[in-house]
Amino acid sequence: MPSEEDVIATIVAVIRTLDGVTPAMADAVTPETNILRDLSLDSIAVMDFIMELETAFNTVIPLDTVAEIATVGDLARAITTEQARTAA
Amino acid sequence: MLGKYAHLAQSLSGLREAGTNPFTVAFDEILSPTTARLNGQTVVLLGTNNYLGLTFDESCIAAAVSALETEGTGTTGSRIANGTYSAHVALEKQVATFLGRQDAMVFTTGYQANLGIMAALAGRDDHLLLDADSHASIYDGSRLSEAQVTRFRHNDPDDLYRRLRYLADKPGDKLIVVEGIYSMLGDVAPLAEFAAVKRETGAYLLVDEAHSLGVLGEHGRGLQEVAGVEADVDFVVGTFSKSLGSIGGFCASDMPGFEVLRVASRAYMFTASMPPSIAASVTQAFEVMAARPDLRQALTRNAEALYQGLSKAGFRLGPTPSPIVSVRLTKPELAVAFWNKLLARGLYVNLALPPATPARESLLRTSVSAAHSEADIRFAVDAIASVGEELGIIGATVEAAE
Ligand SMILES: Cc1ncc(COP(=O)(O)O)c(C=O)c1O
Repeated sequence: MPSEEDVIATIVAVIRTLDGVTPAMADAVTPETNILRDLSLDSIAVMDFIMELETAFNTVIPLDTVAEIATVGDLARAITTEQARTAA
Repeated sequence: MLGKYAHLAQSLSGLREAGTNPFTVAFDEILSPTTARLNGQTVVLLGTNNYLGLTFDESCIAAAVSALETEGTGTTGSRIANGTYSAHVALEKQVATFLGRQDAMVFTTGYQANLGIMAALAGRDDHLLLDADSHASIYDGSRLSEAQVTRFRHNDPDDLYRRLRYLADKPGDKLIVVEGIYSMLGDVAPLAEFAAVKRETGAYLLVDEAHSLGVLGEHGRGLQEVAGVEADVDFVVGTFSKSLGSIGGFCASDMPGFEVLRVASRAYMFTASMPPSIAASVTQAFEVMAARPDLRQALTRNAEALYQGLSKAGFRLGPTPSPIVSVRLTKPELAVAFWNKLLARGLYVNLALPPATPARESLLRTSVSAAHSEADIRFAVDAIASVGEELGIIGATVEAAE
C-alpha cells in the first residue's frame, strides 16, 4: 500500500502534465491545494484529470465521488480508499 | 442569478463584435435542403446534418400533411396516457424492422432518447462506461442515472478494457456507451474492438448511431452494420433529426422484457409525444431511405470530395473522410473571423468552440448532404481555401496565424 506522500507525489506528476498548469503552479501544490480554484480547472479539465489519475493509479474514481473532492488531500484519500477496496 | 455565466456573457459579446453571432443565426427562408436566405443573402448550407437531404422530400411532406389534416397538430399528451396514436405504433414497428430488432421505443427527441434510456437502464449499483468525447445528451443521461460513471479515452478499446478490469469485482451491470460517428470531428468508433471487449468482460453495449443511421452500412443500419457486430449491440439509440430530416429519437433492442422501459423511462413518460405528422413523415423517410441507396452513395461521394479538397488545400481535418468534415483551428478568434468571412461569401458552416470540442480546438464544422451538387462542393472548397489563405491558415504564412 503506497503512503499518502507517494500518492500525492504521483498526483503532482499528473498535475504537471495538465494543459494550462505551469511548472510553478505544480511546484506549489500541497495537500491543501484546491483543485478547481488553485489549478483553475473547468469541469471538463477535471474529468480529464480524473481519467489520467485513474490510469496512473490503476483504479477507477467514480465521477459521483468527485463532487466531494475539493483539495489534493481529499483526492489522495479518495484514491487510497478506492485502492484499498479494490485490493480487498 | 446569472452572475455565474459572466464568462459566457463576455464570450457572447465578443462574438457579436466580430460580426454575426454564430449562435443566434435565424434564417429568413429555407429554399431547399442545401440553400437558405440569411439577412437577405442566399447562402449554401454546409452544416445542417441533413445527410440525405430528405427535409423537402415530396412523399415525406405528403405523409406529414395528410396526418396533420386527419389527426391534428399535436397529441397533447404522454405516450403512456393519451399521446400514443397508430402513427407512433407504426413508426416503432418501422424502426424495429429497419434495424432488424425485436422492439423499438420512440422518444420526442434524440436528446431525450439518451436521457430516458441511460437513466432507466443504469441503476444505483450499475456502472456506465462513457467514451470521453461523448455527446452532451450521453453525459446528461449519465447524470440522471444513479449509476457510477467512468470515462475512458476516446476511441480506445484497450483503455476501456483496463477500466472494466478494475471494475470486474464490483457488483452491478456494466454498460458501455459509444457513438457511431462522432459529431465534432466525424471520426468513427472502432466498434468491432469495443464489441470484443464487451464480450470478454460481460458488459452491455449501447451505440448511439445519431450521425451514422442512414449514412453508414450497405442498408444504412449504421456503424454496427459496417463493423458486422449487430448481434453484440444490446441497445441502438438514434435520432430522426439528421438523416431522416425531421425530429424524434429511438432506442431499439432485442433484449427480452425491453417493453418494461415504457413505464420506467422518465423522459419517455413525462413529456408529450411527437405530433402524428412528424411520426408519419419519419415513417415515410425510412421507406425512402431503404428504397434509395443512391442517396447514401451520393452522400459518400460528396463527403469524399469535400474531405479531399480541403485536405489538399492544406487544412488540418478529422482522421477519416466522413459526412462531417471539420477544419481544426487552435485560436477561437481566428475561427470566429473565418466563420464570418465564409458567411460573407455565401457559405454557412457550424462553428464549434471549446470547451464543447475535443482537445479544446476551435472547429469550423461542416456536414455534407446527398442533396449537394458537385458545384456546391467545389464552391465550398474554394471559399474555405480562399479565406484560409487570406487568414494565413494555409499557404506560405501558416505558422504566423496558428
Ligand atoms: C451523438 C448524438 N446523440 C444525440 C443527439 C441528439 O439528437 P437530437 O438533436 O435529435 O435531439 C445528437 C445531436 O444533436 C448527437 O450528435
